[in-house]
Formats: sequence, C-alpha cells, structure tokens
Amino acid sequence: MNHLPQAWGRPRDDIYGAYDHAHFQTAAGPNQHTQSPIVTGTSVVAAKFKDGVVIAADNLASYGSLARFTDVKRLRKFNETVVVGFGGDVSDMQYLDRLLNSLDIRENYSSTDDPLNAKNLHTYLAKVMYKRRSDFNPLWNHLLIAGLDGESKPFLASADLLGTTFSSPTLATGFGAHLAQPIMRRTIPDENSVKDVSKEDAVKLVKECMKVLFYRDARSMDKYSIATITKEGVELDENVQLENQSWAFAEQIRGYGTQTA
Amino acid sequence: MFRNNYDNDSVTFSPQGRIFQVEYAQEAVKQGSVVVGVVSKTHAVLAAIKRNAEELSSYQKKIIPIDSHFGIALAGLASDARVLSNFMKQQSLSSRLTYDRAIPLSEITSRIADRAQINTQQYGRRPYGVGLLISGVDAKGPHLFEFQPSGVTQEMVACGIGARSQMARTYLERHLDSFEGSSREDLIKHALRALKESLSQDKELTVDNTSVGVSGIGEDFKLFEGQDIAEWLDATFENREGGGEEGGEAMETDS
Repeated sequence: MNHLPQAWGRPRDDIYGAYDHAHFQTAAGPNQHTQSPIVTGTSVVAAKFKDGVVIAADNLASYGSLARFTDVKRLRKFNETVVVGFGGDVSDMQYLDRLLNSLDIRENYSSTDDPLNAKNLHTYLAKVMYKRRSDFNPLWNHLLIAGLDGESKPFLASADLLGTTFSSPTLATGFGAHLAQPIMRRTIPDENSVKDVSKEDAVKLVKECMKVLFYRDARSMDKYSIATITKEGVELDENVQLENQSWAFAEQIRGYGTQTA
Repeated sequence: MFRNNYDNDSVTFSPQGRIFQVEYAQEAVKQGSVVVGVVSKTHAVLAAIKRNAEELSSYQKKIIPIDSHFGIALAGLASDARVLSNFMKQQSLSSRLTYDRAIPLSEITSRIADRAQINTQQYGRRPYGVGLLISGVDAKGPHLFEFQPSGVTQEMVACGIGARSQMARTYLERHLDSFEGSSREDLIKHALRALKESLSQDKELTVDNTSVGVSGIGEDFKLFEGQDIAEWLDATFENREGGGEEGGEAMETDS
C-alpha cells in the first residue's frame, strides 16, 4: 500500500494505471505547507538603552547541524528608525525581506511623509505571522523588532511563528532566550533601569551575550552583525568578529565528550 | 434645436475638452448647504449649516466623525457621502488594526480621490455628487483637505464649499493671515463668522441649524451640536437680537 497521503482515496495504480495528475493546478502535486524549518539562523539578541536599542545576530545559516552559509545577514534595516532581526528559517526570512521591501516601496510612493515606526512595523509583522499560522502555513521565524516608536522612545518587541507578541527591555530568540536573556536581565531587570544604561554599556552587554552564545550554542558563529538604533539613525555593522574569547572554562566541563576522567 | 450630445456619460469628452457629467456633479455640490473648514497651527475646525426638509423633520447630517482623529463635512448628495464615509471608516480602522497607526489625512484623502476618479473614467458609472472637507490631526499636525467629485483634492488653510459659499470664502480670504496663530476659540469664531457670511439676510445661525467639528493636537475630533454650541454662537455674534436663545424662543409656554 502506498502510505503517502496524496495517494489516499485514489484508484490503485496496479489496477487502473498511474493516476493522471494533470488536473492539479500545480505541477508539483498537492500544495504543501512547511512542516519544519530547513536552513536556520540561531539566536537574535537585543537590549534597550536610554536613547535607543541595540540588536545583534550572527551571520550563520545552518543546514541542520552543518554550518552551511557563513555570510547570511540576519539583521534588516527597514528605515532610519527600525531594524528587524530574524531567527529561524532563512527562506521565510527572505520571503519576509521581500514583503518588507514591497511595503517600504508602497510607503514611499504614498504621499505621506510619516514613515512607519518600529511599533507600526511590529504590529504589521505580528499580523502577518498570525495570518500565516491561521492558514496552517506558518512563517518559521522568531522576529525581534527594534527601533523607535511614535514618540521617538526606544521600542523592542518580538513576534513569533504563532503570531505571539512579547515586549521587554531585553529580548532574545532561540537559544539566546535561555543563555543571553538572564545575562542581560542582570544589567537591565526592568523598564525603569533602561534610563541608566548608556549606548556603550548596552553594546558591551550584547557583545558579551554573543560571546556566551558562541561558547555554548553549537549552531552559532564568531562573525556577527550588530546594529544600534537611535534618533541619529541606524548604525549597522554586518561584519563584526568576536573578540577576547577565552576557552579556559571548556577544560572544566565534565560529563560528556571524549575526556576519560 | 440644440441638444448636448456629450453629457450622456462620464467617459465622453465634449469637443471643447469638457466632461459634462463631472461638471454636473460639481453643480450638485453647489446645491448642498454651506460648510467651512479652517486650520491653525494647533487646531482644525469644521462648521456647517444644516437644513431641514420641513419644520417637523430633523436636520440633515452635515459633519461625520470618521475616526478619533478626524472627520468630514459634506456638501451635496448625502447618500454619496455616506458611501464615502463608510469607506473612510473602514480604511481608518484597517490602518489602526494592521499598523497601529492613525491613518495620515493625506493618505485617506488620496484613497477617496482615487475612488472618485475611477468613477469619471469608466463606462456605466457616475461621479460622486458630493464635495467633502476632511479635517483632523495626524502625526504631522492639523490638516484640512478639500475633495471634489472630479477626484481633485487639495490641502487648504481654509475652505468653504456648498451653496453661496463664495461669501464664506471671501471672508476666509480676508482673514487668511490670522488663522495660523489663532487659538481654538478664535478659530471656531472665524469658522462661524464665515458660515454666517454665506447665509441669506433673513436667516441666522441657531443651535438647531449649526454643526461644529473640532480637533486639535492632543484633542480628538469631536462633533458639537445643539446646546453645546450655544456659548460659541453667543460669543461670536454678541450684538445680535435675542441673545442667541433661539432654541428657547421658539417654544411656547403658559406663563
């Protein structure tokens, strides 16, 4: 018996001959939805500071556990006040990138000179994600939207493949939610402490998180992108090398691997 | 006998380069009662004369709030205005839902302009028989837009459309320089005075026949009617007889 769902309920090939698929609208057979991500990006980390937001993600796209592409830019500048960070499926990221491109073009052609701010874009992307999950065809991403809101105040929020939204002074997706988030919360525990954090502090904090993630996340890389969004605009560096690594702690790890003691 | 062969539909030009159906639609606007709009640096005000078909009937609605940040005033076919205002309400709501953004006034204006223009270029359709003043506040401050059945829209500092609106426009042109720095109350006074100019001699502004729509920076669009505008009418036309108590005067009481 043919176990493939597309053969169910159809005349048997061995009796009636091969099924004629010609009447399908698509040449590739039945329409299929994403069941799991294929090429993936790992964590995105971001933190607010007193006059903006800093966001970072490494430049790796993994194919399973294979470090397949090492020059994938996962931070996308939308305009002078918004940067979107993508975790999860890279092809869905590219789809969203094209979607944001068309949105940007539409916005620039319309007569208004009131550009979409980070809050607007987060609402929009959350709606897109929720729409797709409701079609049972999710975009397999976890997004961080960093930038400034309508009052030019720092804005940071996430939207995931279920359309769930969340906002916090520090945010991290994927592995970073477990490894980076607690580190960032030590410095920025709540919204009130944001005003005491300078840009330099926040950048240092996020860089430290990228280092910890490289130490412990096997799907990460030591080359990453980092962006700061302030009233002065977006500062995006897409080729940062992880510095001051110290692997001394690795010696202490026991319980798995090749050590005998 | 002369017969105009070029006004049967809105897709045919006359040899003089005119589209009569569109011009007729603009005539419909001139038959509507007058509405005026004025903007300052901080506020946008609409004012309108309401007509009633007969003594016993209610007054025609002239100002329609669309979203919390803006509203429209209409002159012409009220039913066409309803179609447009419903569309504008939907578009405004959809902007708030999808982007969490109050739709910019220039944006909503160009969307109805596009709709209206299509009606002037497709066979079997007719132009909207209504002119609108779109007024409110968005991220870029207070605005006033004028919309015509032809699909033409313009941003205005002050504007009047409808029957005898030329008198109102003359008043507005005379006081053009004072609008920008006007306070909220002064702006309302200007709007009411402009409205009064275009009224025929035997008519007056009363709490029953006047509508005022006000919005400002940090102030949502609100429609004022009835007793809510009594104070403004009194303050604007201090020296008139009756002291602005028309609402009470008409009532007969045993005393």
